[in-house]
Amino acid sequence: MSKNSNLKVFLNGFINENPTFVLILGMCPTLATTSSAINGLSMGLATTFVLLGSNVVISLLKNIIPDNVRIPAYVVVIATFVSVVEMSMQAYLPALYDSLGIFIPLIVVNCIVLGRAEAFAAKNSVFKSSLDGLGMGFGFSMALTMLGTIREVLGTGKAFGFTLFPDKYGMLIFVLAPGAFIALGYLIAIMNKFKKA
Amino acid sequence: MAQLESSFKNMVLVLSGITLFAAVTLASVYTFTKEPIAASKTAKQQNAIKEVLPPFDHLAEPIKIEDGVENLTVHKAYNAKNEFVGAAVESSSNNGFAGKINVMVGFDKDGVIVNYSVLEQKETPGLGTKMVEWFKTDKENQNIKGKNPATTNLTVSKDGGEIDAITASTISSRAFLFTIRNAYHAYSINLDDKAIASTDSTNINIKN
Repeated sequence: MSKNSNLKVFLNGFINENPTFVLILGMCPTLATTSSAINGLSMGLATTFVLLGSNVVISLLKNIIPDNVRIPAYVVVIATFVSVVEMSMQAYLPALYDSLGIFIPLIVVNCIVLGRAEAFAAKNSVFKSSLDGLGMGFGFSMALTMLGTIREVLGTGKAFGFTLFPDKYGMLIFVLAPGAFIALGYLIAIMNKFKKA
Repeated sequence: MAQLESSFKNMVLVLSGITLFAAVTLASVYTFTKEPIAASKTAKQQNAIKEVLPPFDHLAEPIKIEDGVENLTVHKAYNAKNEFVGAAVESSSNNGFAGKINVMVGFDKDGVIVNYSVLEQKETPGLGTKMVEWFKTDKENQNIKGKNPATTNLTVSKDGGEIDAITASTISSRAFLFTIRNAYHAYSINLDDKAIASTDSTNINIKN
């Protein structure tokens, strides 16, 4: 049973409680950074790292944090991880840092991270919390990559930078904000269809 | 272990402990990444200079011109015999469609544009962002490479100039060409070493 439930915790983030398609959390980075597949994927992975780190630390500290100050304590932990990601990315992946820009520091206010800390890590063991962080993070990365790929292909005729068709046939709207809403709407609809079936 | 009670003492102690730990972590990561961050910034700038200039041996100390609005930096380049071969000018404009545009543009010793490289821009993807390639592409009147700003009117054709703007991005194109003209101005007033950052540079009267 225990092995099964661990797997369930991990897989939860992919379909059943996918943060983007089901919980509809963290829409701002979802819509803003998915103008290309690689940007979506990197944003997802950066968030995964923060989720994993904050879930583990918060679940370790859950007993020593008094209830009344838990939210400020969580925010400090999350902000620390985000700053670490930001500085490391700036140092070792400057090109990626340039293209994600302001959205890296904004992971702090991504409600998925605080949401998982409050809803899961504060009530479960360290191991389960790390699985939950990874699962949610990968679910988020998957959603962002799908959205990014769709927008990149329809908008510029490329996927992960490889040209599929000349970009003069691309629909510019998909690179811009409205395309993000349209693509996200269809993805959520398809996801709902799958879940009901 | 039961959860700690929310007494005043516990709350203060726990929060201070967590913030202290966070501060230590951040300070160490900061010291650790400080050098790579600075190095990657310099590398980016150096690559841009190499990209936009004819082959050169060494650079002179950069000349900074700051008028409070548009800051310019002139990097003069010399060959092995210490002859002036050209200069790369870092120039910016705040009048892009979405914030600051930062461009490195290289002129040879006669003032002809060798190449340019966009260092920073936040223009609309798929429209204004085309500036990265647009003004180097040999198509109709959009290429600025090989043109001399002293003899060519580097403004968009809509404003009576000789350069075709990016389709549907006239504002981005105007801002881009402004950085180029501004860079040329900085280049020309710094041609002889005496006239470093003359007061004229504070009144660059080019309409944007």
